[in-house]
Amino acid sequence: MIKKEPDLLIQATPMLRQEMTTPRAMLDVWIALIPVILAAVWFFGVGALLLLLTTIAGGLMTEWVFTPADKRRGVMRDNSSLLTGLLLGLTLPPGLPLWMAFLGGAAAIGLGKLIWGGLGSNLFNPALVGRAFLLGTFPIAMTTWSPAMGPGHFFEVQGSLFALPFQTPVYDAVSAATPLGLMKFEQQSTALSKLLIGNTSGSLGETSGLLLLLGGLFLLWRRDLDWRIPTAIFASAALFSGLLYLVNPVQFPGPLFTLFSGSLLFGAIYMATDPVTSPLSPRGAWIFGIGIGFLIVLIRGFGGLPEGVMYAILLMNGATPLIDRYTQPRVFGRQARSG
Amino acid sequence: MNQPVPLPSTREPGSVRLVLSLALAGLISGIAIIGVYEATLPTITANKARELREAVFKVLPGVARMQRLEFIEGSLQPTEGGAVNDQTLYGGYTSNGDLVGYAIPADGPGFQDTIRLLYGYLPKERKIVGMEILESRETPGLGDKIYKDLVFVANFSNLVPDPEILTVKKGTRSAANEVDAITGATISSKAVVRIINEAHIRWQPRLPSVAPAMPLPDNETGPETGKPPREIR
Amino acid sequence: METDKNLDAYQEFVKGLWRDNPVFVQVLGMCPMLAVTNSAINALVMGGATLFVLIGSSFLVASLKKWIPKQVRISLYIIIIATFVTVADYSLLALMPGVHKELGAFIPLIVANCMILGRQEAFASRHGVRFAVLDAAGMALGFTLALFALGSVREILGNGSLFNIPLFGDTFEPWVIMILPPGGFITLGLILLVFNWAAVRKQRFMQQVAEAERETL
Repeated sequence: MIKKEPDLLIQATPMLRQEMTTPRAMLDVWIALIPVILAAVWFFGVGALLLLLTTIAGGLMTEWVFTPADKRRGVMRDNSSLLTGLLLGLTLPPGLPLWMAFLGGAAAIGLGKLIWGGLGSNLFNPALVGRAFLLGTFPIAMTTWSPAMGPGHFFEVQGSLFALPFQTPVYDAVSAATPLGLMKFEQQSTALSKLLIGNTSGSLGETSGLLLLLGGLFLLWRRDLDWRIPTAIFASAALFSGLLYLVNPVQFPGPLFTLFSGSLLFGAIYMATDPVTSPLSPRGAWIFGIGIGFLIVLIRGFGGLPEGVMYAILLMNGATPLIDRYTQPRVFGRQARSG
Repeated sequence: MNQPVPLPSTREPGSVRLVLSLALAGLISGIAIIGVYEATLPTITANKARELREAVFKVLPGVARMQRLEFIEGSLQPTEGGAVNDQTLYGGYTSNGDLVGYAIPADGPGFQDTIRLLYGYLPKERKIVGMEILESRETPGLGDKIYKDLVFVANFSNLVPDPEILTVKKGTRSAANEVDAITGATISSKAVVRIINEAHIRWQPRLPSVAPAMPLPDNETGPETGKPPREIR
Repeated sequence: METDKNLDAYQEFVKGLWRDNPVFVQVLGMCPMLAVTNSAINALVMGGATLFVLIGSSFLVASLKKWIPKQVRISLYIIIIATFVTVADYSLLALMPGVHKELGAFIPLIVANCMILGRQEAFASRHGVRFAVLDAAGMALGFTLALFALGSVREILGNGSLFNIPLFGDTFEPWVIMILPPGGFITLGLILLVFNWAAVRKQRFMQQVAEAERETL
């Protein structure tokens, strides 16, 4: 007779959640993002570097203040706050005042991670929580995009970065609409080549499609990434935007524009794949990705804002526990649970 | 510690007593509420009337008196009281009783909730000379600029609504029928313009430039002639 | 009369302000707490209306408790509370139409503030009129204090002003989220955090003092 072991808990992969590999995985993401960071500095000047450093500093400082003294060393060394700060920084507009960026970093770690009980317990992607907080708090500054500059302006830092705390920034240059803004409000498309290379206006890290894909491939090779999630997002975003495009090609962009504009690539590769806030099972990952792609197209097409990647991912983050619950693989040899 | 003390009535009271006590409480409470309602009603009505008067005088500069008008069977007729509906507007007159223009109430969906506004229209010049938001729940700090941002409100002090009002990017107003949108609150700005456009299409053909006469005697005095009479407490 | 002999008038009044603060400690009355605290003046008016309703109903409940049959007491409490709320609603509409417009439906909703019903059931119906009124005043002031704390933080950050007086000049960049509902949740959460932190610190301190005393004895 076969001995049953009903008490043995069998779970889907990953069996080992974070703990052991967290710092290494975080390091991999850092490596994958280096080209993106370089591109951000190339297009938007050294100011981009300052912004990134500020969000990271805001996050680290919050982490340090709110962690009990005896746990500080372990928590600070897992690199996750560094990564959260970096990811948040890459989603900010290039002319954002540093004091706002610092606040965003603090909100990302404080409201996005610590308040839930630290890394692994958070329901929402911390970097996106920080960005949502900033967008809700400073809606104008967060949607004022300065145009990409040439290499000649490399050492020019925009004055708006140095606005004093609590003060409204004054912008040097006339703001430029992002490709998505142009599409939504003026029905103007942007050439695909520009979107691929990245010399458009937009958030620091989202403009260059090619480099983002390159980083994604690196992560895939290192197996730090659940390939199903980005694939599902791309497929469903392309499908739904294609349908809309067929209905009304003037108002809605085609699938290629949808994929390469805005922060879709950045969000799909670096944000949605966060292992803490995405479903564990393969089936769950597909549902998660398809949901994100659908919501992106929905928000971009019919929402008040031109971009919807952030809210799409946050909403699906919120649905993750539910998805996990209903897609848990049946334990081999057991009956399907009734009820 | 002290023992829990039972509530006053320990015996099981009959249901008659329960019903009676509830009925009595309801009666007393009802009387109290009616009393307060009666006492405050005059002030509340006067407040509302004053608010409306102030709004009308604001959107129609140079007006000394106003009269509520209703569009009934093809013409404008003076009315008193009753509910305000989309056939109601207000005529603004000089102190001699000559028509200056109309203050037209209009509403429509904003970014969050219905926006109710009043705009002043001069039928002779076919011009809008003022706009006042009566009620809105737009986002504080952004959408609420439709009444807090005086530069935006000033757009409506000299605006030609024909063929239709257009919303343009801030700082690019070039024609008399264009309105500078508020940065960051494009939707709210467009909502205001759309509400006025729709109301204008409805009202424009109905408005005679000579207007019904100002009925006398009038008790609706304007800001120039002193404060409106307050009610007696 | 229950245990009024053991009560201390001062203690009954003060407990609502801090030790048993309805918002920070009991976490009651969250609906008005989060909804109307986007400016200091709104918070104060809401607190004032609640103060009026709570003192009035506690007074009535305590003086009428002999005649209130316990089977229908909750309904009677609600009738009493609702009467005071309606009175407050009409008076505000007549006296401060501007503020009333901003508070909107939340004045009538004072009826549903569980803190008020809670005080009737837990205190006013069991104690004398004097203590009931003192307790009500303390609780309502504690509630007002909490509303005001939240309202002023949100107004200062969200609008750069306090009581509509600008504090930072024209170039202040408002934190829009603070005026919106999420700001209410965030601010309340942070205030509760500070409150609990202070409570834990105090407890630890008292423990240390007690230990030190034990050792010296």
